[in-house]
Amino acid sequence: MLELRNISCSLPGFNLSEISFSVAKGEYFILLGESGAGKSLLLEAIAGLGQVKSGSLILDGKDITHEKIQKRMIGLVFQDHAVFPHLSVKENIAYPLKGKKLSNSQKESIITETAFLLQISGLLNRKPSTLSGGELQRVALARALVQKPKILLLDEPLSATDSKLRSELRALLRQINRSGQTIIHVTHDFDEAVSLADHIAIMNQGRIVQAGTPLDVFGNPVNAFVAHLAGIRNFFKASIAQHNGTNIAIAGNDVSIVIGDYTKNSSGFILVRNEDILVSLEPLESSALNNFQGTVLDIFPARSGMEVLIDIGIILHAQISSESAAKFKLIAGKKVWVTFKASSVKLITSE
Amino acid sequence: MKHFSPFQIAISLAGALILLFIVAPLVGMFIATSPSDLFATAKDVEVQESIKLTIWVSLAATVIFALAAIPLAYLLARKEFPLKSIVSGVIDLPVVIPHSAAGIAILGFVSRDSVVGKMGSAVGLNFVGHPSGIAIAMAFVSLPFLINAARDGFIGVPVRLEKAALTLGASPTRVFFTISLPLAWRSIVSGLILMFARGMSEFGAVIMVAYHPMITPVLIYERFGSFGLTYARPVSVLFILISLTVFIALRLLSRNKSQNPSTHA
Repeated sequence: MLELRNISCSLPGFNLSEISFSVAKGEYFILLGESGAGKSLLLEAIAGLGQVKSGSLILDGKDITHEKIQKRMIGLVFQDHAVFPHLSVKENIAYPLKGKKLSNSQKESIITETAFLLQISGLLNRKPSTLSGGELQRVALARALVQKPKILLLDEPLSATDSKLRSELRALLRQINRSGQTIIHVTHDFDEAVSLADHIAIMNQGRIVQAGTPLDVFGNPVNAFVAHLAGIRNFFKASIAQHNGTNIAIAGNDVSIVIGDYTKNSSGFILVRNEDILVSLEPLESSALNNFQGTVLDIFPARSGMEVLIDIGIILHAQISSESAAKFKLIAGKKVWVTFKASSVKLITSE
Repeated sequence: MKHFSPFQIAISLAGALILLFIVAPLVGMFIATSPSDLFATAKDVEVQESIKLTIWVSLAATVIFALAAIPLAYLLARKEFPLKSIVSGVIDLPVVIPHSAAGIAILGFVSRDSVVGKMGSAVGLNFVGHPSGIAIAMAFVSLPFLINAARDGFIGVPVRLEKAALTLGASPTRVFFTISLPLAWRSIVSGLILMFARGMSEFGAVIMVAYHPMITPVLIYERFGSFGLTYARPVSVLFILISLTVFIALRLLSRNKSQNPSTHA
């Protein structure tokens, strides 16, 4: 098991502050954050390539904070693969085995097995300059795996791949993890995080802002940043009040939204998922308590259907089908009604 | 028909003049030297000995000094340390100072009265008038070419490859010999050839330290001083032909450098 205790690192103009989390044996752990959040720096610190200013790194009960890189038994696959260009694929994979107390036949069989697992058996005699990005990624993974690392660190492993290759590589990473390999994987991609992670930690500006299972983290985002990463665009600061027995959140410039939850805190955040907002041309007769008239600001294609930005005093993002957008002839400037239930508004009070 | 602008014609003319300026004296010298003179000079034992001496002393100086110069180049490429820019400036110093002045400095450094000279005398070695002194003078003026080329070669090796090798269990020494050195090798070889060629052609610094034994540039000077242009010319032509061979080898290597594998990483 790997444990990070209050790890701080500093580079000119950037700091990693008080990073703490633990990764259990066999776990798939994802560090999610935007570019510049400090994710790669943290990976390098774990691998021993970056200087740790304070805090400690404990691997299987042993303090490795100041252990030599080559003695840590931590594998790192770089974003740009870092496959040695002057060595063949086989020589690359064999690189970590040199100096190990293994016979030549044992080394051969490790290389053959690993190449088979990563489906690169046919590439062993090729030079890296003749390989595609996906093939280089597999070679880099094979090379890191032959040394049987206690932890495998992956820096944005799927960022430079097309969607077909990405799903193949995801399946491969799951397979490697299922064979018992502990993995810490850095990414900025929400879908990638959700599809692979047992546990997830969100990084922003050199800090961990939230950690837990994907369900915990994205079901209960602690702040606007995490909500934004999870694709939730309707996230507003609000003051909370009770009015005639109804719980009200006042967001933006005096927009009163009925909410289901209540807290004694006088302020917090509210979030509404895009897909929970209904758009209509006339006010709807329904049980929903939140009905507002607003103006369409923009409409554009989203991953599924269309995303509509509607100004009701605050700017709401709604998700509608392309058919509905065509039927309502939605364009910027058009007046529409938005409807959502009080129970679809989530209240978050811990920023 | 393709039209050329006045500007293109002007720069082409300027370029042609410069080329002519470089080529004309050399061609003139080659034309003025008859094949029979050249053949007789090639058979002259004194010339043969001097060319052999020039080549092997320059080669020895290059190889011996490279053992320390290449690690220094790696240090300059990879490490930050106080006064690094001053160190880089010091390395370029031999290029900018007059070589006769450099020769005087080296003479003071290796003469029998100096610490180095006394250490040499203790083991029966007198640098002045000895191939070892010539090697020191050649190395002094030609080292910057090797150090700068090797440093640029190491800078061209992505640091990530070295980091990757460390995470794969390699020691820093193994990383240097298996990753950094092979990937910077073409630049280093270019630097070695440049240093070797520059050492071979050195005159000013060498003559201060050792008039005898005579390296070829000193022999050319001596033949010119004693017998005149006609006698100095065939030796010059022969030596230029040998230097050109080295130069062409260098050009071929630097052309291959564009296929340096480190650029793919």
